[in-house]
Amino acid sequence: MAKDLIQGVSIVDGAPPEGVPTSDSPALPLVKTVIEPSRGWVPLKLSELWEYREVLYFLIWRDVKVRYRPALLGGVWAVVQPFMTMVVFTVFFGRLAKMPSDGAPYALFAFAALVPWTFFANGLTQSANSLVSSSHLITKVYFPRVLVPMGRVLSGLPDLGLSFLVLLGMVWWYGLFEIRGRLLWLPALAFLAFITAFGVGLWLSALNVRYRDIQHAVPFLAQIWLFATPIAYPSSLLPEPWRTIYSVNPLVGVVEGFRWALLGSGHAPGLSLAFSTLAAVVLLVTGAYVFRRSERTFADVV
Amino acid sequence: MADIAVKVHDLGKRYELGTRVNGGPTMLREALSNTFKAPFGKFATLTRRLRSRGPDTVSVSSAPPRYIWALRNVSFEVPRGQIIGIVGPNGAGKSTLLKILSRITDPSEGRVEIHGRVGSLLEVGTGFHPELTGRENTYLSGALLGMRRMEIDRNLDEIIAFAEIEKFADTPVKHYSSGMYVRLAFAVAAHLEPEILIVDEVLAVGDVAFQRKCLNKMEDVRQHGRTILFVSHNMQAITRLCTRAILISHGGIQHDGPAAETAGKYLMESVSTSAERVWSESLSAPGDGVARLRKVRVRDESGTTVDAIDITRRFGIEMVFEVLEDGHALIPSLAVLNESGTCVFITADRDPVSRGKPRPRGTETAVAWIPGNLLSEGLLLVSVALSTPRTLTRHFYQRDAVAFHVVDNFSPDSARGDWEGPIPGVVRPLLKWTTQSTAAAAAP
Repeated sequence: MAKDLIQGVSIVDGAPPEGVPTSDSPALPLVKTVIEPSRGWVPLKLSELWEYREVLYFLIWRDVKVRYRPALLGGVWAVVQPFMTMVVFTVFFGRLAKMPSDGAPYALFAFAALVPWTFFANGLTQSANSLVSSSHLITKVYFPRVLVPMGRVLSGLPDLGLSFLVLLGMVWWYGLFEIRGRLLWLPALAFLAFITAFGVGLWLSALNVRYRDIQHAVPFLAQIWLFATPIAYPSSLLPEPWRTIYSVNPLVGVVEGFRWALLGSGHAPGLSLAFSTLAAVVLLVTGAYVFRRSERTFADVV
Repeated sequence: MADIAVKVHDLGKRYELGTRVNGGPTMLREALSNTFKAPFGKFATLTRRLRSRGPDTVSVSSAPPRYIWALRNVSFEVPRGQIIGIVGPNGAGKSTLLKILSRITDPSEGRVEIHGRVGSLLEVGTGFHPELTGRENTYLSGALLGMRRMEIDRNLDEIIAFAEIEKFADTPVKHYSSGMYVRLAFAVAAHLEPEILIVDEVLAVGDVAFQRKCLNKMEDVRQHGRTILFVSHNMQAITRLCTRAILISHGGIQHDGPAAETAGKYLMESVSTSAERVWSESLSAPGDGVARLRKVRVRDESGTTVDAIDITRRFGIEMVFEVLEDGHALIPSLAVLNESGTCVFITADRDPVSRGKPRPRGTETAVAWIPGNLLSEGLLLVSVALSTPRTLTRHFYQRDAVAFHVVDNFSPDSARGDWEGPIPGVVRPLLKWTTQSTAAAAAP
């Protein structure tokens, strides 16, 4: 590839550099890069992300490999975390507090929410800390920094996949499994969870570089968010119009959608999902611009 | 227009002292209070900027400046295919320059144009993860350094063989010896094929055999017409690999010229001794009532003061001293020491004109001529003395009076011949060799 480029130059200039045999490989133009001080808001340069897709792939691959390699149980941990939370919720909220669950068995009701939630919450905490924990990369090599928080969120996908399989198994065990067209909503809902985690991750990771206060606030934020999302309880507990306003929390749309698609409980995605999506997109776009704006000082400050 | 690979124009980098030097990140609290104070401040800056249209080097608040310029007014061009060395003391701004060129950090002012794909090696083992195996790290590091996955697939076996870790390719690198780790890291880097390579001191690692392998690899790269920017403290490597070098100190370019010349300048600067030293006042000059030293310099045959001398050329060390009292048979002498403090030689004036005879009052200029093809390349320090041998009196002794640098321009007329590798030794005389051949008896 590089050789081709060099040969390309030699063809363009007519004078081959010493030691490089000229060949009739197509003349490729040289990439021209201009480095200048950037001020204020800078463009997102999405095409560059595509160019660096392999770096993203290897960052995800690294995170996935490293996460469970030294652990005895390996990938089982991906399932244990949401599963044990489900057990705790079922005992305390389901049995003791007699929390309503929109007609579905409480364990299933909780687990269907905890599967996307765990993906989101892990993505959020991992990405918020991602730039600081990758300082060795940021100060030594160039690649679009956005890939760091993005990779961290995406590296939760195998976990999501595994726990989703367990969820499907549970639904089947309860005898509620049926092939429905609405199952097709699930990937879109997972994508919404990704967008939200990534959007918040962009905000937090960029701020965390300069203000380490963030890393102390993140676990707390995740906890509050957990209760601001209908995981242990159904959103039907809230009266309208609060219920719709409440769904500016994008996770409301995700969780409700998961239950609706898998268990048939609750309502079909409507206005509330539209709200959730809009909120997620706003988070993502503002996060991206804030991130790009502070990106230029990461290497100096981190 | 000449084919330029890298064009740097008026580059500058400013660091805020608050976040950089005083250490640690600023607190959110501070930022919030600044935001509340900001509206007026921002407005003031804006109007000022609109009025002056210049870079806002003026600190907004009345407080003393809270930033330092790590690099300022740096401009140079690198033609395609050139290997350019960057030398300078620690903290001079070399790393900042490389970081800007590698796009790791933004410049504060100026502009860089780069034509071609850039690969930068600012550390050994970029992106290596201790839990991953050698093979896995090759992929990870390779991708981060800018290799395509296909390229890595193609080069994988070669990289592992180059690093000499075939048996351990599937062992996590945390179990590697430091030598194996470094070898693998360099092997990955060596297989990068960008048009422009930025290298920071990577050669300072590994054992001698591996270093030689690396140098050879760099030569290969050079022969493929690639452009390399190479930072090193190893002047031998700089003069050997680079055609040109830039000396950076105090955030600016101090010298830009042929590698050997720049290396000489740098070494001279590092010993804070130059090729000429003058004592303008007789009273403060080294010496006693009999004689005082007034000037020492290193000169070429035409009489010009020089600090870098071609290894093949004859040159002189000149001593000017003032004789204050008649009737002393004074003998000037000098000692030449190399960088490691080894005395290369000592020489004393044995010119029959002045030998053993009293010198008259006045100024004497003595030159010791050192033939070409005698000294080895490198930095040399000269100490000078004046004494009366008969009474064993020393009138002055000036340690490290001047310094100079012998440079090897790889001329085939030198003792180097056709050999291109490094040559150890304190001296490098051009010797006469003779060979006697005895032909094998021809079969009948």
